[in-house]
Amino acid sequence: MKAKLAAVALLLATAACGADEPGAADDGATLTLWTRAATEAVSKAYADAYNASHRNKIEVTAYPNEEYPAKLASAAGAKSLPDLFASDVVFAPQYAAQGLWADVSDQFKSLPFKDSVAPSHVRAGTWEGRNFAVPHTIDLSVLLYNKDLYVKAGLDPEKPPRTLREFAEHARKIDQLGGDVNGTYFGGNCGGCVEFTLWPSVWAAGGEVLEADGRSARVDSREMAEVFALYRDLYDQGVASPASKGEAGPTWLGALQGGKVGIAPGPSVWLDAIEAKGVKTGIAPIPGINGGESTFVGGDAIGIGATSGKTQQAWDFLAWTMSDEAQVEVIAKRKGVPVRTDLAANKHSSADPRLVTVNGLVAKGKTPYARNFNATFNDPQGPWLTTVRGALFGDATASLMAGNEAITKSLRQE
Amino acid sequence: MRRRAVSGALYATPAAVLVGLFFVVPLLLVVWMSLHRWPLLGKPRFNAPDNYTAVADHALLSSAAWFTVRYTVLITLLLFVVAFGLALLVQNRRPGVGFFRTAFFLPMAVGFASASLLFLGLLSEEIGPVPLTGDSPALGSAVLLVLWRFAGFNMLILLTGLQAIPVDVYEAARIDGATRWQMFRRITVPLMRPTIALVLTMMITGSLLAFDQFWILTRGGPDNSTTSLVMVIYREAFVRLDLGSAAGISVVLLVLLAVVSSVQLAVLRRRSA
Repeated sequence: MKAKLAAVALLLATAACGADEPGAADDGATLTLWTRAATEAVSKAYADAYNASHRNKIEVTAYPNEEYPAKLASAAGAKSLPDLFASDVVFAPQYAAQGLWADVSDQFKSLPFKDSVAPSHVRAGTWEGRNFAVPHTIDLSVLLYNKDLYVKAGLDPEKPPRTLREFAEHARKIDQLGGDVNGTYFGGNCGGCVEFTLWPSVWAAGGEVLEADGRSARVDSREMAEVFALYRDLYDQGVASPASKGEAGPTWLGALQGGKVGIAPGPSVWLDAIEAKGVKTGIAPIPGINGGESTFVGGDAIGIGATSGKTQQAWDFLAWTMSDEAQVEVIAKRKGVPVRTDLAANKHSSADPRLVTVNGLVAKGKTPYARNFNATFNDPQGPWLTTVRGALFGDATASLMAGNEAITKSLRQE
Repeated sequence: MRRRAVSGALYATPAAVLVGLFFVVPLLLVVWMSLHRWPLLGKPRFNAPDNYTAVADHALLSSAAWFTVRYTVLITLLLFVVAFGLALLVQNRRPGVGFFRTAFFLPMAVGFASASLLFLGLLSEEIGPVPLTGDSPALGSAVLLVLWRFAGFNMLILLTGLQAIPVDVYEAARIDGATRWQMFRRITVPLMRPTIALVLTMMITGSLLAFDQFWILTRGGPDNSTTSLVMVIYREAFVRLDLGSAAGISVVLLVLLAVVSSVQLAVLRRRSA
């Protein structure tokens, strides 16, 4: 009954727009699409392929990563949002709650492949049961390790660690090579980096960092404390590079590209960038303290600007980006992670077994959900970074206890 | 006479319209917003005085206020000493002095944000030619940047004050056998009072509103140790997307600034009277 109603509503909407021929969604409209610099290449690849085969035209504009949320906020305040805009997926609940994206629930439910669209991403774009955003790009956290350093340290480069304790052991062994080689590296002054790389270890151990409703934190759990303690030891013993303490994000990739880091958690999309510098790199899932594996399903979600007058044409583009054609010939071809779990193994990924491993993680991983995620966890002035700094470099127990309270308060702030 | 008044009003109109449009209207809008819960899209809802009562127990705000005050005192002292020193150095016409005046003023031609990025690159541990390491280079690097960027500009203002002092006053003092220090204390400083007042007021208001240098160089870190008041406002508006709360803090800051400036000007005016 609901589906029927939705179909009728769709028909009515189509008729109301005065577009009675079936190709109306592709009527040669020009659509603006905003994205952050980190996602620009993928957005443009989608747009180029779409423009080549459609009458509509997508125009992509990218903004610097840090300035992008402010740009969106001011555009929303001026009621001049673009027809389409992507955002870091963890910001999606906030934008959905604020009504920055148009409701696409009915259109989304009519997709034949809706059940295999990255579930944690879809959940992130949902507010009060309605869908506002769909996945645009996927970036997973994985362990990246330097195969040459593995051989030098007498480790088997085809046997990455299966537990977080083993990860620490490997890092220590590689650190003993001495010189300017370090066992591991992490972004100790970057809230986003830490949640992306440490939370999967908590999830792999069966723990939670956030309650499902995104209104309470569980940062003071045993699982979280164990993960912090392990990284803290690595830093105290000099196994982690001393630069880890001040790493706020911008020079993180550069440190891994230098080829002087043994094994470190990081974004899967960096594989190419690191290998381009001649560093032979292996990939493994992020394990929990005593086993298991998980990942932080990051990347960008995309939706239709709430103030756009071209929702039909915009949805035509969104539906196309999730199609087999776009996912295989645009995303998989450039070694990206498909946003659909049923396309994890495809003709491009089968050429590199590492990619199949990565793609398979989408279904196992999580995307944390909280309306106040950005203000609480990613913003450098948020309570999470203070907690992280305390847990890694200060009074760990007290920081986690106090931090949990501060984070919960921030999550609930209206 | 009436005609004169009318034409006078006409002359003043363009400026008045600009001030009204770009100063008075936004100001009233901010006050209006601070009385509401103001979402990005959708209808604002009246909620006064919630945005103001929230200011009192804002966790980040007190530490940011304390940091901003300390920074203001530090930078005002340093900037004033350096700028005054430079002004005294290039005060007299000597061969080559034009070169130094230009050189000292030149950093002003670089946009502040660009200058901040320049310093970020220069001081970067990873890519910089003069890497700055250690536990707390954050505040130091910002102070260095502000000194480099603004010393020349303030020097220029102080220079105009210095050159407005008649030369015969100094000559008379010299004939009376005054030392250089005495001339500085008894002639230069008293006659410079209005200029000094202007420079200090600009320095203090500028520092209390510090944003760019910390936003770009330190992002408020490490551990919120360089988070300024304006960064808190930015966070409320563009991270928490709570425009009403940001407007509330802005109004409080505005009132404080007005108080500080009026006290400062009153003190200096009374002394010079």
